[in-house]
Amino acid sequence: MSVDLNTVKRVARLARIKVDDAQAEKMTGELNAILGFVEQLDEVNIDGVEPMTSVVEQSMKKRSDGKTDGDYADTIVKNAPVSEDNFFMVPKVVE
Amino acid sequence: MTKLVDLTIAEAREKLAAREISATELTEAYLSEIETANAAFNAYITVTGDIAREQAKASDAKIAAGEARPLEGIPLGIKDLYATKGVHTQACSHILDGFKPEYESTVTQNLWNDGAVMLGKLNMDEFAMGSSNETSFYGNVVNPWRRKGSDTALVPGGSSGGSASAVAAHLCAAATASDTGGSIRQPAALTGTVGIKPTYGRCSRWGMVAFASSLDQAGPIGRTVRDNAILLKSMASVDAKDTTSVDAPVPDYESFVGKSIKGMKIGIPKEYRVDGMPEVIDQLWQQGIEWLKDAGAEIVEISLPHTKYALPAYYIVAPAEASSNLARYDGVRYGLRVPGNDIVEMYENTRAVGFGDEVKRRVMIGTYVLSAGYYDAYYLKAQKVRTLIKRDFDLAWENGVDAILTPTTPDAAFAPGEITDPVTMYLNDIFTVTANMAGVPGISIPAGLNKDGLPLGLQLIGKPFDEGTLFQVGEVIEQAAGTFKPENWWSK
Repeated sequence: MSVDLNTVKRVARLARIKVDDAQAEKMTGELNAILGFVEQLDEVNIDGVEPMTSVVEQSMKKRSDGKTDGDYADTIVKNAPVSEDNFFMVPKVVE
Repeated sequence: MTKLVDLTIAEAREKLAAREISATELTEAYLSEIETANAAFNAYITVTGDIAREQAKASDAKIAAGEARPLEGIPLGIKDLYATKGVHTQACSHILDGFKPEYESTVTQNLWNDGAVMLGKLNMDEFAMGSSNETSFYGNVVNPWRRKGSDTALVPGGSSGGSASAVAAHLCAAATASDTGGSIRQPAALTGTVGIKPTYGRCSRWGMVAFASSLDQAGPIGRTVRDNAILLKSMASVDAKDTTSVDAPVPDYESFVGKSIKGMKIGIPKEYRVDGMPEVIDQLWQQGIEWLKDAGAEIVEISLPHTKYALPAYYIVAPAEASSNLARYDGVRYGLRVPGNDIVEMYENTRAVGFGDEVKRRVMIGTYVLSAGYYDAYYLKAQKVRTLIKRDFDLAWENGVDAILTPTTPDAAFAPGEITDPVTMYLNDIFTVTANMAGVPGISIPAGLNKDGLPLGLQLIGKPFDEGTLFQVGEVIEQAAGTFKPENWWSK
């Protein structure tokens, strides 16, 4: 499978990365080279093979559904580019 | 007299315990070495002298009180992807601009609890994506090794290039590193150092900047096999904060070092002989086989038929997981924000400016293979191939193989800019990536030099949670090969 310029622009939009036409053009070639490389997997017979979900047999650890951490909102927002009253500030999203 | 910075961890530990040297002297020696030499390598991006001096002082007090912990007073460098409280932690990306975490990673906390000293944060490929340390926002790292008679700079490998370079140049006693597809073992091989990627789940991933969560694993790079064993004992733990951390006690790895390998079965996988591989790599591999035979091991040919599919499967799984993990960098909660007309444009601008080319490439690939209609064709298929790769290894263990010997890399260190094609760069990990895909441990040990005088490594791959055997067999190779030190051109 290969991608064209429009697909690359659509994927960039999905990935929330701004690309201009020249960049998209360059990426198209690079992404096709990588997709060409992974095409080798078509040779492998995977009939009846289960996907690997974990490298070691272990049942998922569970904990009780209770509060184990928290009460430091000021610490959480400390690295935010913009914050106010312990809220993360973003451009207006609702008119 | 041996310079303080030339002591291995095992040697320094002895001298500290005997009060021949103090932790403060040792730390000062490294800090002064970093001040003189770091500019030549660009290995450290932040030096934490104040923290180091304070920790060293505390270590001296502990030693004086007879309460020395396992790593008391040992100065370490920390890869920039470990969260260190109040200290630069950006995985060498611009998008984490100014980020100083309010918490400490489990691995580094384990090290400080055992008395280690933090010298600073080490350079790396951005988000650990790279095999040459050329993708860091903070610039390339230089390998202390040069080709004989040449002063051309060479790459240290990646992504733990700063760790490997700092260890090889004696700018730290050892360093933390991380390995998603070969990022510990490949730079270790290219710098003549020892590095181990433990079994997936052996070290907690809590507080490590995530790249590909089902593959990422912490590990050390050090100068000797024994030093690796000492460090891994402290780094590894069972951690409730990481659900993939495995409930298994951490063995005393050092007790394996020096044990006989007589009667052990070492597998030689024929699939690791690839076209176009330089003859010296094959010679070195043969030499490794002879060394292990001489030490009483039984050598058996084995087959790992799905080896060639590990790298292509990796380039689906790793970017897919990376695109999900890196979705968190949106300019809202931490790091860089580049404004836009609306919130979506802010995201797009932030990520366009904040991510480097290689990271963008992988996020794009990951987004594509996970996008509607492609999940089965790519990600699911790659995860099935992974099962087959793991099955190859399981079969070898079932046949009584104790460890597998392979080359670590297809060639020695190269010059920056020499490899520009992404897929060619990816081939650097061809021998290391299988261990990540199967989750098994792998160690790289320096085994010889090529005709240019550059170091090359041999890799041992082991059973899950059998790192002890890797240290045991690894030390046999180390004893036979000797250790390798670059000629010092930087402090002349």
